[in-house]
Amino acid sequence: MIEPLLKMRGVKIEGRSDDKWNPIINGVNLTLNRGEVLGLIGESGAGKSTLGLAAMGYTRDGVRISGGSVEFDGIDLLTASAAVKRDLLGKRIAYVAQSAAASFNPAHRLIDQHVEAPMQHGLMDRSESEEDGMDLYRKLRLPNPDEIGFRYPHQVSGGQLQRAMTAMAMSCRPDLIIFDEPTTALDVTTQIEVLSAIRDIVTRFRTAAIYITHDLAVVAQMSDRIKVLLKGDEVETSDTRTMLSAPTEEYTKSLWAVRSFLRPAKPAVVTGTVPQLSIKNVDAAYGDTPVLHDVSFDMHAGRTVAVVGESGSGKSTTARCITGLLPPTAGQILLEGEELPASYKKRSKDQLRQIQMIYQMADTALNPRMSIGQIIGRPVQFYLGLTGAAKRKRVDQLLNQIELEPSEYFNRLPSELSGGQKQRIGIARALAAEPKFIICDEVTSALDQLVAEGILRLLADLQDDLGLSYMFITHDLATVRAIADEVVVMKDGRVVEQGPKAEMFTPPHHAYTDLLLSSVPEMDPDWLTNVLKERGVDNIGDAAVDKM
Amino acid sequence: MDTVLKIILQRLALGIVTLLIVSVVIFIAVNMLPGDFAQAILGQGATEESVAAIRRDLGLDQPLVTRYFGWLAGVVQGDFGSSFASANAASFSGTTSGTTTVAQQIAPRFGNTMFLAAVTAAFAVPLAVGLGILAALYRNSVFDRATNIFTLTSISSPEFFLAYVLILFLAVLNPIFPSLSNIYDGMAFGERLNKSMLPALVLTLVVTAHMMRMTRAAIINLLASPYIEMARLKGMSPMRVIVKHALPNALAPIINVVALNLAYLITGVVVVEVVFVYPGIGQLFVDSVKTRDIPVVQACCMIFAAAYILLNLTADIMSILSNPRLRHPK
Repeated sequence: MIEPLLKMRGVKIEGRSDDKWNPIINGVNLTLNRGEVLGLIGESGAGKSTLGLAAMGYTRDGVRISGGSVEFDGIDLLTASAAVKRDLLGKRIAYVAQSAAASFNPAHRLIDQHVEAPMQHGLMDRSESEEDGMDLYRKLRLPNPDEIGFRYPHQVSGGQLQRAMTAMAMSCRPDLIIFDEPTTALDVTTQIEVLSAIRDIVTRFRTAAIYITHDLAVVAQMSDRIKVLLKGDEVETSDTRTMLSAPTEEYTKSLWAVRSFLRPAKPAVVTGTVPQLSIKNVDAAYGDTPVLHDVSFDMHAGRTVAVVGESGSGKSTTARCITGLLPPTAGQILLEGEELPASYKKRSKDQLRQIQMIYQMADTALNPRMSIGQIIGRPVQFYLGLTGAAKRKRVDQLLNQIELEPSEYFNRLPSELSGGQKQRIGIARALAAEPKFIICDEVTSALDQLVAEGILRLLADLQDDLGLSYMFITHDLATVRAIADEVVVMKDGRVVEQGPKAEMFTPPHHAYTDLLLSSVPEMDPDWLTNVLKERGVDNIGDAAVDKM
Repeated sequence: MDTVLKIILQRLALGIVTLLIVSVVIFIAVNMLPGDFAQAILGQGATEESVAAIRRDLGLDQPLVTRYFGWLAGVVQGDFGSSFASANAASFSGTTSGTTTVAQQIAPRFGNTMFLAAVTAAFAVPLAVGLGILAALYRNSVFDRATNIFTLTSISSPEFFLAYVLILFLAVLNPIFPSLSNIYDGMAFGERLNKSMLPALVLTLVVTAHMMRMTRAAIINLLASPYIEMARLKGMSPMRVIVKHALPNALAPIINVVALNLAYLITGVVVVEVVFVYPGIGQLFVDSVKTRDIPVVQACCMIFAAAYILLNLTADIMSILSNPRLRHPK
C-alpha cells in the first residue's frame, strides 16, 4: 500500500483567550493521498482554517497544537525545526488564502511575489520563474498573462487576484495546497471562473489539496472526499457522492436541509396601489464618477423586494440614495407618494423614522462601548420620546420580538454576543424606530447558513406581524428564492430586469440574469462540469477578458 | 503621476501659506517682548531723546503694520535687513561699511547647524531604523528589552547631562574626541568632523529612541496582516518577512517621525551648542533675543519655521510616494 501524503493523528489545538487555553480542535484524524482533494466543511468556528494551517505545521499567534501528530511525507511537522519547516513551506506545501486582496503584499508587483518562493527555495532563477509564472497565468485563464504580473495588487480585480494567488501557490509545483475559502469573497459569476481554474490546475499537476469552505455546493464540485467538522470534532467523512446522497449523521443532514426555507409568494399587488416607496429615474455619482443610471422601481407595503447583482452593481448606492446619505444627482424618491428631500439633513424626524437600515457587518454596525439596552434604547428615546420605565419596557418588548431574553441581554456588550445575535440586535435597533420600510443590506452574508436561516425566518415573521416592507440587498440567489416577493436585477448601476419572483426564476431571462442564475453552485457534484460544458470553457476565459 | 504632482503642488502651496501665517505670528510675538533694542543698548540711564534717536534710526518709530510689510518685502527678496547691533556699532564708528546684514551674520551659523544635523542624522537614522527592525524581529526578547531601556534612558536624560557624561568618558578619561567644538570657516572637513563628534553623539542619543520605537511599532503593527502570514507560509525567513514584506508598508510613519526628529536637530539644539561651544544658529538666536536684536530673531524664527515646514512637506511627499496605490493608479 502506498503511504499517504499527509497523516494527521489525534490533532488537538488550543487557542488562548481570557488568560486560559481553550480547545479549538479536539483530536481530529485526517489522511490525504497524493493527488487527492479533500473538502473540509463546517460553520464558522468549527476550526476548519485552524486545522488547515495545522496541516502545514503552522499556527497563528495565540494558538498552539497541544497533541497528536502531523506527518507530511514521512516528516513530522510538529517536531521538525523551523528551518526544516521553512524549507517545506511554499516549496512542497502551499497555501491559498480567503482574501487574495489582503494576502498579496500591496507594496510589490504580483510577479515579484510569484517568483519569491521558487527563487528563495533555490528552484529557479528569476527569468525562468517569471516565464513559468506567465505560463501558469495563461493556464489559469487570466487575461493578458504576459503583462498582468507586472501590476500591483490594487490594479487587479478580486477574481483575478484569487487566480494569481493560486498560480503563486503552484509556483514550486507543491505536493499539497491548502485552499482556505478561496471563493467566499467573490461574486457568483466570478466564483465559477475561479472554481473551474482551480479545479483544472489541480488536476493537471495532480496536486493534493485540502479545500476549506462553508459552502456545500462549492465543496461538492471540488473534492473527492468530504470531511464535516463541528466545533472542533469530526462529524463524518466519506466520498463526495455518498456524502451528498446519503449522509449518515444528523448534523450533516441538517446542513443539507438548510436550503429548504421558502416563503410562499404573496398575491400580486393590486394595480393602482400607491407604492410605499418609489424610486423614480434616479442618477447618482461619487464625485465625478457616475454610479447609478436611471434607476426606477417600486416597493409595496408588506412585501419584500430583493435587489441582486454583483459587487459594484449599485445595490448599496441605491440604498444610500433612499436613506438620503447620498443625494441623487437626478430623479426622485417618493415615500407613499410624497417626494422626500434628497438629503437626509432636510428630512423631518418622522420621515427619517420611516426608513431604517440593517447592515451587513453587525460587528462594526454596533457601538462596542454601548450595552444592548443603550443601543436599542437610543432610537426608542430619539424617535418616540420614551424615557425611564416606558423606554425600558419598549426595549424589553423589542428584545422579545427578536427572541432574546431581555433580562439576560439588556446589560451585555456587543462583544459578548455571537454573530447571529448581533445581527438580531441590528434588527431590533431598526424596529425600535417603528419604521414602515427597512433596508436590509446583505444582512445574512456574513453568517453561517443555519444562523442566516434563523435571521430570514425572523424577518419573515416580523413582516407578517408588523406589515413591514423590506428592500433586501443580496448577491445570494438562494436567499432571494427564500424570501423575496419581487426581484430587481442590477448591473453597472442600471436595472437590467425586474418583476415578481416566479417570473424571474423561469426562463426566458435577460442574458445577465441568466448568467447570474446559472452561476449559483448546486449540490450536484457534476454541476460545474455541466455548466462549463454548456457555456464552453473558452467563454469563461472571454468573460474574464470582458471584465478588464 | 498627475495625481501625485497635484498633491505635491497643493502641499507646497499650503506650506507657503503656513509660512506666511507664521511670519505674522513671529512678528507680533517679537514686538510684544518687553523693552526694545534702544532701551537694551542704552541701559537705564538713557535719556528720552537718545532712545528716540536710535528708534528713529532703526525705524522702530514706524507703526507695526508698516514695519511688517517693509520687512516682508525684504524677506521675499532674500533681504532679512541689517542687524541692529552691527548697525549701531557702525554708526558709532561713523562708517557704514562695517554694517553686516542679518543674512551675512546667520549664513555661517546656519551652515554649522546644518553640518551638525547632517552628521547626527547620518548616525542616528540608520542606527534607529536598524535597531527598530532588529527589535521587531526579536520582539519581547532580552535584546528588544535592552534596546528599549537604553534608548528610553537616553531620551529621558537631560541633554546637558548626556553631554557631560560623554565628555567625561570620551574626552577626559579617554581623550578620543575634543570636548570643545569651536569650529570656524575654512576648517578642513576631517577636523570639522572630529570636533563635531561629541555633540553629534549626544544628539544621536537624544533622537534615536523616538525613531527606533516608531520603526519597531510600525513593523509589529503589520505582522498580523494576511500578507505577512502569506510570506511566512511561503517559507520565507523571519528577517526577509520583516525587511521585504513589512518594512515597505511601514515606511510612511517611519518617514514622518524621522522628519520630525531632523527638524528638531535644526531648531532645538541650543543646550548642546552651549555645552560644546558649538557656533550654531541656536546660540545666535538666544544671544539676539537677549539684546532685542529683532531682525536676527525674526530671521532665525523664519528659518526654524521653514525647516519644520519643509521637512514635514518632504516627509508627506515621501509617504505619498511610498504608497503604490498613488504611484501606480489603476
